Amino acid sequence: MVDKFIEDGKNKVSVDTKIEGKVGEIDFGTLKSGGLIKQRQKDMFTVRLRCPGGRVPLSKLEKIVEVAKKYAGDYVHLSFRQSIELPYVDYRNFKAIYEQLRQVDQKIASCGPRARVPTACSGCEYNPNGLMDTQKMVKLVDEQFFGYELPHKFKISFSGCPIDCARTNEMDLGFQGAVKPQWDEETCIGCRICSKACIEGAIECAPETGKPKYYPEKCLYCGDCIRACPTNSWQERIKGWNVRVGGRHGRHPIIGHKIAEFISDEDVPRFITTIIKWYENNGKGRGRIRIGVILQIPEMWNMLVRVLRDEFGDKIIENPKPPAKNEIHFE
Amino acid sequence: MSQLKIHTSLNLRNVGCPLNFVKTKLMLEQLSDGQILEIIIDAGEPIRNVPRSIKEEGHRIVSVEEYSDGAFRLLIQKNGGLK
Repeated sequence: MVDKFIEDGKNKVSVDTKIEGKVGEIDFGTLKSGGLIKQRQKDMFTVRLRCPGGRVPLSKLEKIVEVAKKYAGDYVHLSFRQSIELPYVDYRNFKAIYEQLRQVDQKIASCGPRARVPTACSGCEYNPNGLMDTQKMVKLVDEQFFGYELPHKFKISFSGCPIDCARTNEMDLGFQGAVKPQWDEETCIGCRICSKACIEGAIECAPETGKPKYYPEKCLYCGDCIRACPTNSWQERIKGWNVRVGGRHGRHPIIGHKIAEFISDEDVPRFITTIIKWYENNGKGRGRIRIGVILQIPEMWNMLVRVLRDEFGDKIIENPKPPAKNEIHFE
Repeated sequence: MSQLKIHTSLNLRNVGCPLNFVKTKLMLEQLSDGQILEIIIDAGEPIRNVPRSIKEEGHRIVSVEEYSDGAFRLLIQKNGGLK
């Protein structure tokens, strides 16, 4: 019998167990990496593919279809984390599927207590609202951090702008593109378009001159003023990632709040490393626990803020808020 | 800016997004580089979206005037974009 927790990897699958009398055909090494999810049906698994940022090159897609036609059900399922899943795969075919997908460098995803495939929106490459290159970052983060073993699952996402399609507040660690504007008086013609373009009320124009006044406390850093200004009088002052930590969904959702502003692309790997090392060290002995649960303990939250401030200085905001429960079942 | 020679005018009052921009774009395609198109667009969504799209396409908004009803008059120079 196949253990129903096979997707949890290590120690849950006995190599000695005979599966339908065909021990030799199963590569248990590959099972342990996760991405294989037991179905209700006997012998049937769903194979979850690794599709960082939900971007699948056509060359890979063609191979995936070819493999699915041969070994899986007659549809694919798009997972909530943007990956393609092949349902109704007989475990006897795992090895063949791995090998054929490997020909196009298509990898299998992970399950269990580790860093998951990062998700992202389409980003600044062609989305007019996009401020930061989410797809570039998701690729880099997938290469560097995917599968890193941690006390519990660890989800990272990237949103290119404050519309936040990648729901960074529901992630263990979320990065959201942001741009702080600055205004140049000399080139401004007082046309007032910026105050109309800003739907947050962060820009008001003087009735007589039309010259804008900027209220940073109302600004979401979306860059609409910069894009709308006919004379380029609104320009980018600083651009980067606003970071939220400690969110999750599931039975007991938690909202992660902003902890850092305008983190550069170059600093993202160091930021992730700092967080996951802290989580690794401080999650020890607590069982399967999400970082957002640990961070609701005030002294743990203060400790992480101190660690981050030592590392990133004033990029860490003043008085950041710890993750907060967002109970949906017992309101 | 009053001495700018307007080549063509488009009244896009009550024309919503994105049709107002599409009409602007199609008209600009018929102009030569440097010529001026005058458009009138509504407040709200149009004034939030149209100027930005004009800029993204490499044209230059050389004059902006707000009417008392909140509508805007823009003069657009074809392919006169700021760098």
